[in-house]
Amino acid sequence: MTAIIVILYITVLALMGFAIDVLLLGLPNDEVPLPVMTILTFGTATGLAIRGLYSGWIAVLKSTGAVAANPKDPLQKQLLDVVEEMKIAAGLPMPKVYVIHDYDFNALTMGSDPQHCAMAVTDSLLKETTREELQGVIAHEMSHIRNYDIRLMTIIASLVGEVVLISDTLTGRLKGRIESSVNCSTGGGWIFMIPLYIIIWLIGVVIVPVILKVMAMGVSRNREYLADASGAELTRNPASLASALRKIGCDRIPTFSIKRGTAHICIVDPTGSGFNDKEGWIAEVFGTHPPLLKRIRNLEAMAYRIRPQLPYAPPTPN
Amino acid sequence: MIIFYFFVAAVLLNVVWVVAKYNSLITLRNVVTNGWKQIDVQLKRRHDLIPNLVNTVRGQMQFEQETLEKVIQARIAAVSAKGVADAAAKEDVLSSALTKLFALVENYPTLRSNENVQQLQEELTSTENKISFARQFYNDIATKFNIAQQLFPTNTIASMFNFKTAELFEIKIDAERQVPTVDLSLNKK
Repeated sequence: MTAIIVILYITVLALMGFAIDVLLLGLPNDEVPLPVMTILTFGTATGLAIRGLYSGWIAVLKSTGAVAANPKDPLQKQLLDVVEEMKIAAGLPMPKVYVIHDYDFNALTMGSDPQHCAMAVTDSLLKETTREELQGVIAHEMSHIRNYDIRLMTIIASLVGEVVLISDTLTGRLKGRIESSVNCSTGGGWIFMIPLYIIIWLIGVVIVPVILKVMAMGVSRNREYLADASGAELTRNPASLASALRKIGCDRIPTFSIKRGTAHICIVDPTGSGFNDKEGWIAEVFGTHPPLLKRIRNLEAMAYRIRPQLPYAPPTPN
Repeated sequence: MIIFYFFVAAVLLNVVWVVAKYNSLITLRNVVTNGWKQIDVQLKRRHDLIPNLVNTVRGQMQFEQETLEKVIQARIAAVSAKGVADAAAKEDVLSSALTKLFALVENYPTLRSNENVQQLQEELTSTENKISFARQFYNDIATKFNIAQQLFPTNTIASMFNFKTAELFEIKIDAERQVPTVDLSLNKK
């Protein structure tokens, strides 16, 4: 899945570079000029993708203000012990563990592969949950690492950020180009270029980020369900994650430390809007996380506390 | 001629498949062995850590207990002193015992037996959890290995190359299946 997204991204950007080459250098007829822009954008896109994969997550981690877990503090020592237990159950190496100071409960994980990854938990989550619930949350995050979701999500977070950056630069450049054409009026033909400019602008600024975001959302939601189930497989105790999610769901404060672009890697939606809880098809396509109630119900069905849930059944009053 | 090429292609495909499946079975077998040894790693950690930890905590508790007991005895003696010289001597003993107690309290601002016992509890819980998760992981990976060996196309080559099903971790002593009794009453010796 990561490969598809990266290839799509590089292709689209290379095409945009090619389109710019066509504008600047004319279509190739007899002599083929060196396609400078295509090479440039292709190279930049590849470079950005690689950088996003390998070091993007460190930058994101720093942006949240995370502090490495301190074994002298009893709650953080408990967190370190729980993470170590889960890594034994999953058969993975030990991730780096961080604590974020925030009044909201949340947990997130990021990295490129199990050897280079990190996990962060807010300190209010540490204070309010029991050891079992904390273990359920950490098992969920560990499953993200095990299923390589983190690689996918990290690359999407950094690529979406960079596409926005690139498309901003391009619109700036294109606007300048239109102005200079109008001023110079070097000859006929420039007026046919305007729809092309608009199309390129449309593609670059609007469609590509939207496509990437929609792919990210769809993938992200199903991966959340999968991580819930894999976490339950690690602890063999789905009820613990269900009660942790209940506690997390009770408060509506947004997590201020976590910026918008990185919303899809947390365990619950950090923006605090009720968007993800709606169950219609718009939320299915655009929400980053599945509705919390549905996740809790699925987990409790796993724990044999309630009957198994059909995928698209309306919520039954309990 | 075409038939010959098809035949060669079929044989090559078969060989490639056999090699791929054999390699994956070898990998799984090694992961299973690793999983089994990881349980030993956790058991050794328990064996090395817990007795030392318990002794440390007990030593600290005893040190605090002895100091406190000396203060109590000195106070009892001072209260039951007869005569001024006797009282003065016993009050001196009490003062020096109290000084030791104050030194203890200054160095450890909160008398820390409770904290130490809590940390010990956390270490015990975590150690036992790690052992049980190591066993769980071993069972999971051994099951995966057994399934891979026994599914249809692969089972034809598994017995050919001498792959044996892995044993799952199991309790051998029946007493370990009983519910343990928890008795916190203080009158028992």
